[in-house]
Amino acid sequence: MRKIAIYGKGGIGKSTTTQNTVAGLVEAGKNVKVVGCDPKADSTRLLLGGLAQKTVLDTLREEGEDVELEDIVKEGYGGVRCVESGGPEPGVGCAGRGIITSINLLEQLGAWDEQFKIDYTFYDVLGDVVCGGFAMPIREGKAQEIYIVVSGEMMAMYAANNICKGIKKYAQAGGVRLGGLICNSRKVDNEREMIEELAKRLGTKMIHFVPRDNMVQRAEINRKTVIDFEPEHNQADEYRALAKAIDENDLFVIPEPLAIDELEKLLIDFGIAS
Amino acid sequence: MVIKKDYTNGLPDPSELKNEILAKYPRKVAKKRAKAMVVNDPEEQQEIAANIRTIPGIITQRGCTYAGCKGVVLGPTRDIINLVHGPIGCSFYAWLTRRNQTRPTEGEENFMTYAFSTDMQDENIVFGGEEKLKEAIREAFDMFKPKSIGIFSTCPVGLIGDDVHAVAREMKAELGINIFGFSCEGYRGVSQSAGHHIANNGIFKHVVGNDNRERTGKFQVNLMGEYNIGGDAFEIERIFEEIGVTLLSTYSGNSTVESFAYSHTADLNMVMCHRSINYIAEMMEEKYGIPWVKVNFIGAESTAKSLRKLADYFGDKELSAKVEEVIKREYAKVKAVADVIRPKVEGKLAMMFVGGSRAHHYQDLFNELGMKTVSAGYEFAHRDDYEGREVIPDIKIDADTRNIEDLVVEKDETHYREDLVKKKAELEKTGYTFKDYQGMMPEMKKNSLVIDDVNHWETEKLIEFYKPDVFCAGIKEKYVVQKYGVPLKQLHSYDYGGPYAAFGGAINFYKEMERMLATDIWKLVDAPWKHEPEIVGCVTADA
Repeated sequence: MRKIAIYGKGGIGKSTTTQNTVAGLVEAGKNVKVVGCDPKADSTRLLLGGLAQKTVLDTLREEGEDVELEDIVKEGYGGVRCVESGGPEPGVGCAGRGIITSINLLEQLGAWDEQFKIDYTFYDVLGDVVCGGFAMPIREGKAQEIYIVVSGEMMAMYAANNICKGIKKYAQAGGVRLGGLICNSRKVDNEREMIEELAKRLGTKMIHFVPRDNMVQRAEINRKTVIDFEPEHNQADEYRALAKAIDENDLFVIPEPLAIDELEKLLIDFGIAS
Repeated sequence: MVIKKDYTNGLPDPSELKNEILAKYPRKVAKKRAKAMVVNDPEEQQEIAANIRTIPGIITQRGCTYAGCKGVVLGPTRDIINLVHGPIGCSFYAWLTRRNQTRPTEGEENFMTYAFSTDMQDENIVFGGEEKLKEAIREAFDMFKPKSIGIFSTCPVGLIGDDVHAVAREMKAELGINIFGFSCEGYRGVSQSAGHHIANNGIFKHVVGNDNRERTGKFQVNLMGEYNIGGDAFEIERIFEEIGVTLLSTYSGNSTVESFAYSHTADLNMVMCHRSINYIAEMMEEKYGIPWVKVNFIGAESTAKSLRKLADYFGDKELSAKVEEVIKREYAKVKAVADVIRPKVEGKLAMMFVGGSRAHHYQDLFNELGMKTVSAGYEFAHRDDYEGREVIPDIKIDADTRNIEDLVVEKDETHYREDLVKKKAELEKTGYTFKDYQGMMPEMKKNSLVIDDVNHWETEKLIEFYKPDVFCAGIKEKYVVQKYGVPLKQLHSYDYGGPYAAFGGAINFYKEMERMLATDIWKLVDAPWKHEPEIVGCVTADA
């Protein structure tokens, strides 16, 4: 089984990209599990056809210790096993602690048991690695590969670089590695070249360039992935390609994060100055 | 057998010892610790580093901010429900461990014997604990119908951002009783001292001045920084009663929130533990014009001095006569006991590392027994407690201190005591001093070693060097020190003893010292492995 965590700047399209890619893997016959690690609990919406799931933390709160795996795992598109960690409302409590609690519970309940024959687990993690809780999915024994969703916008690249710092820290202690950058295009000038260069500098590669297309939005409003909503569309093929690239990926590295001035220079060389 | 040093001609210069202690530290640590260790010279104005962060890795005596706020200052107050917002351990370990006693009048409520906690669980950390806090307040109110509830924040509360003050306001409106919160998370300051300040601010803001009650006595005073450990306050209260002084409130031994509320109607504040309570004394002077004086009721001589200071303030002949009568009578009792015990303990050596005033106050009791304090220091005091209040303007306000709110206090025009301000000015002309804490160092002998925030390594070296006859500290130090064959007297909890305040307390302390020191038991005890091998074996030549 491969355990994959998806990180990236807030709003970059992590959940959308993850679910569309998962749809591609499912179509190729893979057995996939998705664990949403975002208090908003919207990481499985497109796979389940809506926000139809009770979160791990809500269930734990209501049922006490008497929680069954069936209470928190729901099957979605093509048999994908979907879990939402959940968490507090904005402004209260500690969402990071929530993720730790919820992943521990899943493990205790045997969510990754042999019997499920899981090929892939995807952890879809909220925004930046702001505290220990959000690093939980990349600690030892959890996700081994990380993909960072990024675009050619400066803050997205800055966040990607920052996430690499977190990966480096845990890579040295555990086995987590960076699998590559996924460019979710924002139609920035020279975006492809710039992200390819960033990936190179970090010691990894850009695993796929996902072009911007309104079809993604249309599918989303219909609570579906593109592959599910319009299987013949070009964009569906893009996600199939991304799924294939991840499936065939064999480059797993400990990233070397860039110094800030180095990162800014990259932007000047490729973006603004050219 | 331990060979005693002869200190009759003065204490030896401990500079060599200091160097030896520092030599073991990394360079940066040594530099910091050197500033916290002063070879005392009472003739000189010496500076000591105090109230700064303990260096990580050092085994410190200090406690946390929560301990200072909940445990020390509010802990001894009986008519308030002190509700700890946090996991259960913080509540349990702050539950009456200082042996604060209290004496409710018949039918009066006493919540001190209970431990109240919200008992936060993982779920409350994840989703926030405000709802559980509200439920706990309602439950406590339903069961006990208290007049006030205090909420004490432990570390996780600050981390997850529960707004205890907003909850307090909401619950106050809902239940119609006084409810207030303290942001006294353990990590808020460098020691428990920060917690004292936060507690002072909270009581002053939410309680003091709530009850403008009519006068009940001719001479009305408050006693501040007295915590009734082992019944100390009862000894002092008895004297006040006899001499006709009305003790409105004590902060906070044998106290009530009810009495804090009218404590601003006092004519004088008497401050005992300067470190933990000077904030309220200062704020009461600013707001109500009530002057404060430093007193000390530990030791018979200090008690007499403090009582005379009190009588001189009021300048009432009858009161002064009564005070002299009590002193004369009590002194005779004290002397009778001292005369018997003093020859048995005279010349023995004491060391004290405790509190923010105790390490100073208890030297008076040892002096009365002819014992020498060779080394002393505080856990959480500030420079003014060592060097005297005149250094306050020179104390560097660092970021840790700024982290604690400094209340802006304004004059209360209706209740401001112009008469007391006038009285103070007149008395000052005659040489009477107010706010007159000189600190510990000027009263200690030349070459005594003064150490702030002493740690275990330093403690061990001190014991080796001085071979003291008694060591005064707390439970965390007790057994380490006793393993060195030195008896340790706890001055936080008094072990199982007390009271040690005022005249009756002095007698108790003399007797305790006799019990602990007029015996050779500590010197006869030695670990067996110091004399005999633990394993016996033999070696043959051709093995």
